Amino acid sequence: MKFAVIVFPGSNCDRDMYYAAKDALGAEAEFVWYQNSSLEGYDAILLPGGFSYGDYLRCGAIASTSEIVKSLHREADRGTPILGVCNGFQILLESGLLPGALLRNKALKFLCHHENLVVRNNQTLFTSEYEKGQMISIPIAHGEGNYFCDPTTLAQLKANNQIVFTYQNNPNGSVEDIAGIVNEKGNVLGMMPHPERATEAILGSEDGLNLFKSMLVNWRESYVTNA
Amino acid sequence: MIKVNIHITLKEGVLDPQGKAIEGSLNTLGYQGVEDVRVGKFIEMTFSDSEQVTEQVEQMCQKLLANPVIENYSYTIEEGVVQ
Repeated sequence: MKFAVIVFPGSNCDRDMYYAAKDALGAEAEFVWYQNSSLEGYDAILLPGGFSYGDYLRCGAIASTSEIVKSLHREADRGTPILGVCNGFQILLESGLLPGALLRNKALKFLCHHENLVVRNNQTLFTSEYEKGQMISIPIAHGEGNYFCDPTTLAQLKANNQIVFTYQNNPNGSVEDIAGIVNEKGNVLGMMPHPERATEAILGSEDGLNLFKSMLVNWRESYVTNA
Repeated sequence: MIKVNIHITLKEGVLDPQGKAIEGSLNTLGYQGVEDVRVGKFIEMTFSDSEQVTEQVEQMCQKLLANPVIENYSYTIEEGVVQ
């Protein structure tokens, strides 16, 4: 399985993503510079955290106009798994690949610590290796992780079971304690917490590894089905 | 030269913690009557060509300058501005 890690100017979790896929999971991974227009040949796409374009205008807004985001739309339509973490989540929202927006944290503080997440939906290609309702410890590191959407969108998210992760103790004011959501089709996941920083015991938690394992297991299954 | 001034504000109902913090500071400074402080953005730009300025500004706001999920926008267009 080959992962693409998209690198924007200002990405700073790209190497964490790369090592999670390559070393912790044991899959193939390559960096893809944001000016490349093609995402052909990758089985999954990772959008790392960081501060693309210095968070100018709005987090992820400038990055969402880059050439590679057009390819990202094509891959999303095609069903390629796409995971956006932190700034990657912000870029997915600004690109319209996921609904809603992220606001400043309720208490205006940059938050950097482990949070307990609840796996609300384990029927996705990103979470099948978790139990439903399982509590996992994943680090957060963000100033603008306060998920917001209008009541109509929220009702749709609930009806379609698109809320994948929630915070046990909401740290940032997100509506319905939302920490991560998928698109309706289920192949695009955006989340503020960093599973790539929780893939080895030495990092303080291995709870994020099952997310990458889920992607690998589901890719293998789809590969067998399509062969 | 055409000058465009764009105001971007948070929609009603969207939490503005920054505005709340500023409101708290103003109250501390003794401005007790201040309420509902909201922080927005102001963007100015000039166009050398007067063709379809309104259409272009409208599109820019929708595509990039404002996020319709959380923000409203308004703009003024001043024609014949000499710099």
